[in-house]
Amino acid sequence: MLLYDTRYRSATIQVIALIFFMLLAAWLINNTAQNLAELGKPIDFGFFSEPASYDINQRLLDYNSRDTHLRAALIGLLNTLVVAVLGCATATILGVIIGVLRLSHNWLIGRLMTVYVEMFRNVPVLLWIVFIMAILIETLPAPRAFRGEDPAASMLLGDTVALTNRGVYIPEPLFSRSLGDVHMLGGSGLRFDISLDLILLLVVLGGGLWVSRRIKRRADRIQESTGVRPTTWYLRLGVIVVPLAIVLTVLGFHLGYPALKGFNFQGGTHLRNSLIALWLALSLYTAAFVAEIVRSGIMAISKGQTEAASALGLRSNRIMSLVILPQALRVIVPPLISQYLNLTKNSSLAIAVGYMDITGTLGGITMNQTGRELECVLLLMLVYLVISLSISTVMNWYNESVKLKER
Amino acid sequence: MSDVSFVRTEMLPEKAPPVTSAGAIGWMRENLFSGWFNTALTLVSLVVILYVLSAIVPWVLSPTWSGTSLNECREMLAAAGHNGGHGGACWGVIRERWIQLLFGFYPSELYWRPIAAFILLAVALAPILFSDKVPGKLIWFSAAYPFIFPWLLWGGTVWGPIAAAAGFGIGFVVYRILSDAVSSLAGMIGGLVAALIWWLALSGLAVSALESILPIGIEAVESRKFGGFMLSITIGIVAIACSLPLGVVLALGRQSDLLIVKYLCVGFIEFIRGVPLITLLFVASTLLNIFMPPGTNFDIILRVLIMVTLFASAYMAEVIRGGLAALPKGQYEGADSLGLDYWQSQRLIIMPQALKISIPGIVSTFIGVFKDTTLVSIIGLLDPLGLSNAIRADANWNGIVWELYGFIALLFFVFCFGMSRYSMYLERKLQTGHR
Repeated sequence: MLLYDTRYRSATIQVIALIFFMLLAAWLINNTAQNLAELGKPIDFGFFSEPASYDINQRLLDYNSRDTHLRAALIGLLNTLVVAVLGCATATILGVIIGVLRLSHNWLIGRLMTVYVEMFRNVPVLLWIVFIMAILIETLPAPRAFRGEDPAASMLLGDTVALTNRGVYIPEPLFSRSLGDVHMLGGSGLRFDISLDLILLLVVLGGGLWVSRRIKRRADRIQESTGVRPTTWYLRLGVIVVPLAIVLTVLGFHLGYPALKGFNFQGGTHLRNSLIALWLALSLYTAAFVAEIVRSGIMAISKGQTEAASALGLRSNRIMSLVILPQALRVIVPPLISQYLNLTKNSSLAIAVGYMDITGTLGGITMNQTGRELECVLLLMLVYLVISLSISTVMNWYNESVKLKER
Repeated sequence: MSDVSFVRTEMLPEKAPPVTSAGAIGWMRENLFSGWFNTALTLVSLVVILYVLSAIVPWVLSPTWSGTSLNECREMLAAAGHNGGHGGACWGVIRERWIQLLFGFYPSELYWRPIAAFILLAVALAPILFSDKVPGKLIWFSAAYPFIFPWLLWGGTVWGPIAAAAGFGIGFVVYRILSDAVSSLAGMIGGLVAALIWWLALSGLAVSALESILPIGIEAVESRKFGGFMLSITIGIVAIACSLPLGVVLALGRQSDLLIVKYLCVGFIEFIRGVPLITLLFVASTLLNIFMPPGTNFDIILRVLIMVTLFASAYMAEVIRGGLAALPKGQYEGADSLGLDYWQSQRLIIMPQALKISIPGIVSTFIGVFKDTTLVSIIGLLDPLGLSNAIRADANWNGIVWELYGFIALLFFVFCFGMSRYSMYLERKLQTGHR
């Protein structure tokens, strides 16, 4: 019998497993096909070219309610990425600070950070999101409180930032001698503009970084041959900052400040409460987890490493950057990646505060309007799957590069 | 010439350490004010703590326990001098609705059933959680509990859970007979087939027959009356209990040498871990009925339970895989050299150690799943968050926010914090001194 012969045993089991799996898949697909035929909605992605006829108030690209569902989904996807990137950055910074402070010899600050970590880790993130949303709406002043001779509320940072219960208004970057935009993909649903100013700035910045690296290499070479390292920090800084400043001046860079006009603030960039609440809640919640990761990463490096490094005559900042950090990062990065993934997936809770991310557009209003549950939910899953897999690929690649080189 | 040399004959009494390095002052100098940076940190955190407490304490200590509406609370606060009626909490809403936040719309005369279910849960968990402190015979009650739990919550005829349990009994009997007569593999397959035939074809007939002969049952409760923390705990417990065995199977599949089995498991785990829970809940609320044979329409809570279980099992599988990977290779080789087959070595040698290593991960998955049960409010189930919206829709309590969120957050905190402390206790207890 095939199962008892060790030569064929594993192949037999695998074939049986495969047959079972295919039977299960066929059963599910058959059921789905029958149900859809009964409901009279065969799989059809035609709804993507129909007008969405709903509005999205927080967006990166231009959009109006006459645009298609496809464009609405694209805007939603960009919104998801915005909040994910913002959240990951803030969560990392906050998490590192809190993790380090939790290890502090200061008893009070250590306890305070423990309270923070336990408080955020043990309460659902959805509760934090709606809670922070409620704080923003209930406690911040309305725009009209900024009006009048003796206003009840005032703008912050020298009249540049306005915190209101309709959102936060911050200055926006403007160019008075702008190079203009390039319109890509014309009138289609995927159209977008590329700002030539931004491209120029990025090119100049990249060039500066490249030259700065060349200077560092040269300094390394000199140090290796003569033992004396030339002082280069002002040169390295200068080749980045000076060209950038020149380009900014040539383009006529200035900030557009928000100002109260009529019932609301005009000008500046308007960050809606939903975005702020989601961003803050995700960052604060994830920061608690990141803090624990950082703490355990630092604690994983034995004291002998520090002592050996100082016995070699390294200064304390060199010990940190050459000995402790590279080893701690190796422990920190893999769990950090999964926290980034969690944050990105948790950003789908945007739907609870009305931030129009991909779940709110494709999986929310579009799905309810068109009644195309199967197509919408499957596409939604696909989008998240692609985002998750790309983050983990990039991070695994990084992880591979810092991995312990073993024989 | 006199002898001037002096030798002390007894020890001097010890001097007390200087006040600045001992006692409270010494402790403070060492832990709070060592260096200017630490002093600054201490002062800043003191200011922050005082600021937060000065805002929260008067708000919490507001004499509004007896209020029956938000307006009444505000009047009581104004009378007590809490700046204009807005400076304090309105605890009346918790007094009036706490029972609803716990049980949702479950019929009030039947509250004893969920309470009994959760008390019995503690009894059933005791032999597993505190194996050294309770009699071992209690494990039989733990085995029966999965059938008692849904019966107590949903009610209905007593024959349903008994028939479900009978399926396991039938499968086991067939397995024993066939494995003695033919082989253990035939026994396993035969037992599985017999149990499946019983559950899918015969049990329904048997239940209705027994029901007509001997109608024993308790009042049935519909799923849509479930709500509050009862719902969260139910989803959490069922998902956690079902995901552990599923996770073990998936982890073993992922570690297996059989390529096809391995890739099926990897595909499932990575798919589930790559999508947010909310999309799986959308599947539960809109698509699961489409995937089933035409005409199937099963309960929304059951559908959510299925999807949350699948979700949790993928995470559980990764945690257990970590435990398997952390086990030294010598353990596998040792099991092989003793002549144990795959399942024996897994059951007797690998799994007990791998599960022990993965306890912290398993508990944090438990906590994560329990917290994630709040997401069901997005698809319209009345978990505590969903109920808080329902309560706010009441004209009496329109505009109440912090009290409800605070109460819900506190309950979640108590549960999750308790679980994490238990995991630490378990880690210490199972520590066999390998470090």
